[in-house]
Amino acid sequence: MKARRTWGRVVLYLVLIAGALFFLTPFAWMVSTSLKPDDQVFLIPPTWIPDPPMWSNYLRLMTEIPFLRYFGNTVFVTVLSVTFYLASSAVVAYGFAKLRWPGREMLFYALLATMVLPPQVTLIPQFVMFQKLGWVGTFLPLIVPPLTGSAFAVFLLRQFYGAIPNEISDSARIDGASEWQIFTRIILPLARPALATASLFIFIWTWTDFLNPLIYLTDDRTYTLAVGLQQLSSTRAAAWPLLMGGSLLMSLPIILLFFFAQKTFIEGVSTGGLKG
Amino acid sequence: MARGPATAPGTRPKMSAKQRRELWLGLAFVSPWLIGFVVFTLYPVVASFYFSFTDYNVVSAPRWVGLRNYVDLWNDPLFAKSLYNTLYLAAIGIPVSLFLSLVIAMLLNRKMRFQGVFRTIYFLPSVVPAVAVALLWRWFLNPDFGPVNQMLEAVGIAGPGWLADPTWSKPALVLTGLWGVGGSMVIYLAGLQNVPVQLYEAADLDGASAWQRLRYVTLPMLSPVILFNLIMGIITSFQAFTNIYVMTGGGPSNSTLVYALYLYQNAFQFFRMGFASAMAWVLMVITAGALVLIFRTSGWVYYEGRS
Repeated sequence: MKARRTWGRVVLYLVLIAGALFFLTPFAWMVSTSLKPDDQVFLIPPTWIPDPPMWSNYLRLMTEIPFLRYFGNTVFVTVLSVTFYLASSAVVAYGFAKLRWPGREMLFYALLATMVLPPQVTLIPQFVMFQKLGWVGTFLPLIVPPLTGSAFAVFLLRQFYGAIPNEISDSARIDGASEWQIFTRIILPLARPALATASLFIFIWTWTDFLNPLIYLTDDRTYTLAVGLQQLSSTRAAAWPLLMGGSLLMSLPIILLFFFAQKTFIEGVSTGGLKG
Repeated sequence: MARGPATAPGTRPKMSAKQRRELWLGLAFVSPWLIGFVVFTLYPVVASFYFSFTDYNVVSAPRWVGLRNYVDLWNDPLFAKSLYNTLYLAAIGIPVSLFLSLVIAMLLNRKMRFQGVFRTIYFLPSVVPAVAVALLWRWFLNPDFGPVNQMLEAVGIAGPGWLADPTWSKPALVLTGLWGVGGSMVIYLAGLQNVPVQLYEAADLDGASAWQRLRYVTLPMLSPVILFNLIMGIITSFQAFTNIYVMTGGGPSNSTLVYALYLYQNAFQFFRMGFASAMAWVLMVITAGALVLIFRTSGWVYYEGRS
């Protein structure tokens, strides 16, 4: 019995290590390629160790393509989107969670319905609308809609507000506090964990978003990283060290965020998953 | 409303002053979302339905053509091809990734050394941006200069052309998708941790085998999570766009031309907005149909508190 259990362990670890290799090898290839001298990129058979490692490839990323500009654009769009999404969703969620009013349930169902609506259905009229406003080619189509909140964030925050007992806000109400005061002074400070989860996920969506920047950012100077790297891959298809270095730098903020906020991450994925 | 002739009593339930105040307060709080809902969802849904019956290139006004776009869709071989490719990727990709992420989650749910390290490694690829994943795998699967075929060769297998070969391009996309399986794995892990320990203790008392514990405790308790992952899988694979746009652009010979990509091409490259809108509505009907089918056949899902 004991021997069988030991063997089971050995097999388990072997399987897990094989899996880990499957998940890690592409990362290693990305790092390796990003450091290769140009003449070692297209070798048969391919090599793994760049000789010598060209750290200057990362410098070339800044000089040969406007990587820093793309990075700055992405930061700009992401920071504004996260701020706008969060601010509006926090207010809206209060209206759905803590106030009673006729029509509330119906509108909340409408909000849930927007989460499963294929974005393709609204994509074209939205484009036409922004085109008529003269916004195509600017950041506006990316940062104005966030002012109206995100259905996902509203849903998440509503769940969280709902779990905050009403006694505190009721006594504040008796003391003459307005709903807005209750929201900003009582509910919002208590909801910090949920706000953190929501902002983490919105950050990732906006940082990685490709379709919207592809459609609306028509000028090279406004490109975000996602669009900029894709464009680079079609104009300089052989520039793999730059493409891999750029992909790595694009992924790095999210990977770092994951290591610093692992708990928020995992809890967010799982609560979003289980309650959705 | 305020002036005008008074409505006859009883025709409409009148709100008290308090209810009206509550209504306005509630609407004030949800107004950011409500405005966005009307402007960015409700109006576009109506407009896109109208566009789907018109010939529209954005420059000149939409021209009513009745059902022509839908007839054109029906006769368009590329439409059929894109639908086939999408369904193919869903039919292979979803079951494989559902199964694998479940198996990995069950392995990583055991008490063992390095559990956290393994979980991190398995989860990490799922947070890499889609464009980065697509570029990486395009290069990783390169048949001549990438390491995959080199490793296959080392064990005596002549590797295929992957993304360059119409018969292997779709399997290559499925493989790429499996790299991000950590996302659903984490959801399963959370589900596994919610299974009450007493159930396993009771099963042990009854002398249940490992297989019986899996079949009669773990899987039923996990079934809502499986349903959730299945639905998410259907929604995301029907809308798959970014990875394919970056990896293949639909090629070679349209073998990876998926639905959302063909829709994008029609709308933003050929400016056939009416045709693309018709495609969007067909996608909506297909998605809704698939979800209804899933819910209708979801008798296998066990909900606590309901027998």
